[in-house]
Amino acid sequence: MRRSAKDALESTRRISRRTLVIGGLQAATVATLALRMRFMQVEQADDFRLLAEENSIKIRLIPPARGLILDRNGGVVAGNGQNYRVVITREDAGDVEDVLHRLSRLIPLTEDDIARTLKEVMRRSPTLPITVADQLTWEDFSRVAVNAPALPGVTTEVGLSRYYPQGGDFAHVLGYVGPVSDYDLSRIEDPDPLLQIPKFQLGKLGVEAKLEEDLRGKAGTRRIEVTSTGRVMRELDRNEGDAGATLQLTLDRYLQNYVQARLGNESAAAVVMDVRNGDILSIVSSPSFDPNLFVRGISSADYRLLTENDHRPLADKTVQGAYPPGSTFKIVTALAALEAGVIDPEETVYCKGFTELGNHRFHCWKRGGHGHVNLPHSLEQSCDVYYYEVAQRVGIDRIAEMARRLGIGVRHDLPMSAISEGLAPDRAWKQAKYGKDWLVGDTLNSGIGQGYVLASPLQLAVMTARVASGTNVEPRLLRARDGVPEPTPEPQTLGLSEAALRSVRKGLFDVINSQRGTAYGSRIADDALRMAGKTGTSQVRNITKAERERGVISNDDLPWNRRDHALFVCYAPYDNPEIAVSVVVEHGGGGSAAAAPIARDIMLQALFKDLPPLSAYPSNQRDRIEAQRKTLDLIPREDKPGAKSRA
Amino acid sequence: MSYLEYNVKTVPTGIRKVLHVSWPIVVLLTAIASVGFLMLYSVASGRLETWAEPQMKRFAAGMVGMFAVAFVPIWFWRNLSALAYFVSFLLLIAVELFGAVGMGAQRWIELGPLRLQPSELMKISLVMLLAAYYDWLDVKKVSRPLWVLIPAILVLAPTFLVLKQPDLGTAILLVAGGGIVMFAAGVSWWYFGTVIALVVALVFAVFESRGTEWQLIKDYQFKRIDTFLDPGSDPLDAGYNIMQAQIALGSGGWAGKGYMQGTQSRLNFLPEKHTDFIFTTLAEEFGFVGAFSLLMLYALTVMFALVSGLSNKDRFASLLTIGIGSTFFLFFAVNMAMVMGLIPVVGVPLPLVSYGGTAMMILLLAFGLVQSAHIHRPR
Repeated sequence: MRRSAKDALESTRRISRRTLVIGGLQAATVATLALRMRFMQVEQADDFRLLAEENSIKIRLIPPARGLILDRNGGVVAGNGQNYRVVITREDAGDVEDVLHRLSRLIPLTEDDIARTLKEVMRRSPTLPITVADQLTWEDFSRVAVNAPALPGVTTEVGLSRYYPQGGDFAHVLGYVGPVSDYDLSRIEDPDPLLQIPKFQLGKLGVEAKLEEDLRGKAGTRRIEVTSTGRVMRELDRNEGDAGATLQLTLDRYLQNYVQARLGNESAAAVVMDVRNGDILSIVSSPSFDPNLFVRGISSADYRLLTENDHRPLADKTVQGAYPPGSTFKIVTALAALEAGVIDPEETVYCKGFTELGNHRFHCWKRGGHGHVNLPHSLEQSCDVYYYEVAQRVGIDRIAEMARRLGIGVRHDLPMSAISEGLAPDRAWKQAKYGKDWLVGDTLNSGIGQGYVLASPLQLAVMTARVASGTNVEPRLLRARDGVPEPTPEPQTLGLSEAALRSVRKGLFDVINSQRGTAYGSRIADDALRMAGKTGTSQVRNITKAERERGVISNDDLPWNRRDHALFVCYAPYDNPEIAVSVVVEHGGGGSAAAAPIARDIMLQALFKDLPPLSAYPSNQRDRIEAQRKTLDLIPREDKPGAKSRA
Repeated sequence: MSYLEYNVKTVPTGIRKVLHVSWPIVVLLTAIASVGFLMLYSVASGRLETWAEPQMKRFAAGMVGMFAVAFVPIWFWRNLSALAYFVSFLLLIAVELFGAVGMGAQRWIELGPLRLQPSELMKISLVMLLAAYYDWLDVKKVSRPLWVLIPAILVLAPTFLVLKQPDLGTAILLVAGGGIVMFAAGVSWWYFGTVIALVVALVFAVFESRGTEWQLIKDYQFKRIDTFLDPGSDPLDAGYNIMQAQIALGSGGWAGKGYMQGTQSRLNFLPEKHTDFIFTTLAEEFGFVGAFSLLMLYALTVMFALVSGLSNKDRFASLLTIGIGSTFFLFFAVNMAMVMGLIPVVGVPLPLVSYGGTAMMILLLAFGLVQSAHIHRPR
């Protein structure tokens, strides 16, 4: 098509003009883009960089090694063992169910386990490893490792898990750890992020729970780069964190082991305390249980066995258990009377077998009565009538006050669970509790450690130690934290008159060393180690008048759970006291027969820090003792502490 | 001036045409494509065969195609304009009838070994036909309603088909590309002003209609608009892509995190990291310096095209060159604005850099037309 030159020129000009407009607009657009780029990449760069880091860099916690718990000799009583576990990653496994079934042919996995794992695997990110089984034996573990090529997505891992090398010996005092539960988390105000780690082990009971803060340590962190689906690409850096503090206890693991073995299957408790500084050398409740079962997660069958046992293995009878102290409480009544000056040690009271109060008779344990008894004799023979008289004279309030001075009815602060306060009743207490006036009969009952009075074996040991030392020695369990000794206050004098203490101690000496003493059979033959102590028998039932007339039924003829509790407290050596022991045998019968022999064995063990020579026993008992020793299953003594640790 | 008036003897012939190729454009295109290879290698975590190698092969083939087109006289291509448009249109209908579905939209058809996206072809064919139309049309008639209606239909017919796929990005490019050619050809400002006013009014009406019974667009479409306006409002779903893209871009900073060190792309936080969002990886790894450099390469390419178009006295060649240069401009501007959060995500690749066969081939062939117009310009 032909056009005029004018048209052509006009057209070219118009295109040029318009193109310049287009070019201008485009240049403006490019400038806008460049400015936006500069704004985002230069001015806002730091904000975006932070966002990018948050995106791709995740901080994962490394659980710190839990602090070790050592005995006083440095032996490990709570350590960390290798935990062999098997984990599965969905992303690599493909058919998870199939892989799990194949795995169940190698390691013990129930259908329930498989279903539970499957549910967990499907709930979590496909790249997150899920624990299928842990606490595996080395055999199972290696079987899985060898067959790994046939098990896609399955990997074996080694972690740390709490291990108690001495099993039941320390079960009550140490407690145990277990996986953090939702309940645990709900109780803690500001939970440590560590607790969010699945199956993180938390102290549930005893020292493990009470000193959790010390034992847990500080979490380590590792910064890892992850993809948008959470797969770990590489580790950027790693900070191992701090292991928990190593705690050294005052306990002696060999003594603990011995006491546990000596108590055997009795439902009993024993506390061994150093009179001089309050160190608890051994604190044992029997029967015990294996805390390692709880670490793994106890099976319901095992748990039922423990809860249905009438000897209550799960209860810590040493501090939780509060028993009527029976005649062991006469120490308190005697000291209260002497301190109050209401009685002279040599003054005698006539025991005819009972005391009459109104028209009610309070009986002495000896039907015929003891005749004239002074204070040492009253302890030696445990005359009840003497104490009925003395208790009336001194009054309940002063008895209760003395009890508290000696450690009964006050809470001793040990890192253990459910510590009982016991009970030293007085007028105000009864009024507050029952809204009733205190009766003289109550005083009589309390004076011989029956009625309302309650004491835990720990408190009985403290009482004995205080009488032996004359100081306000406080029990303690923690010896050192990370090698730094725990500060212990120097025991101060109780302020009791030396004369009063002397006459009470004399009586306690006679209990064991006088032929008429209630625990003469449990004496120590070695003159340098002579023991002083007191038997106690606390009734768990009322003896009716009719029964008394028929003749009191012997303990042996009663069902186990209606028999009397047997108690015994003692200290030795008499001249220079080192060790105090208290033993309570639930439903054991009489204190002299059931508790005293055990206490003597424990005392000798504590004094010799090993099995004592047979010469420490009266010659006529040595054969029996030797035979009895053979039945005890004791751990071998090692010089190297901790060698028994499975790790 | 029309090609019939060319002084044919002054037009270079034979091997001498090589001397008259616009070499700056060739160099710039190669540089841009090379940036693409580099980034494709990076986002494939250092694997050549995933994306970089096929892309290189296509680029090589495209360059051969470009020179082949360039050496054919421009008047030959002018005569093919109508045919090219017609074929593209038929293919668009074919794709509508039996095209393959990819990413939720019907976009391509299989032609033997070739996987063809007719919408890509249409972008160029439309520019060609419009340039030819205005070359043919009497200058005085350019702004008359009837003569405006014809090119408007030529633009809107394929746009409608593309929107049906649905491919909003290409539709916008078609309308904008066609509009630019019409504008350059001298269609009165009034038409453009009216259209822009109408669009603004329509947008306003759409927003006003929200929640009423005469609501003009669907709820999910509103949601997309919301997501664009505030990506944080929906950080896990649609907004996620935008957020992550912006994080990648912004976190690059001045000099970037270093080649193959971009955490966002390497760790898969980026969506479509080898196609529409590849620019974010470049910005993350090479920072503002890298991103701005690429922007300049694009701007220079467009500038050379516009200058060539301005200096060309042939109306067809001039409009074609300006149209193709502007289409190229629209490609990268829309893509960059999209990943930088300036406009909603509409699915436009970064030309020559994003992984994709048809788009690159057709762009290079289009630049073949630009070269042809340049070589055979009247002197």
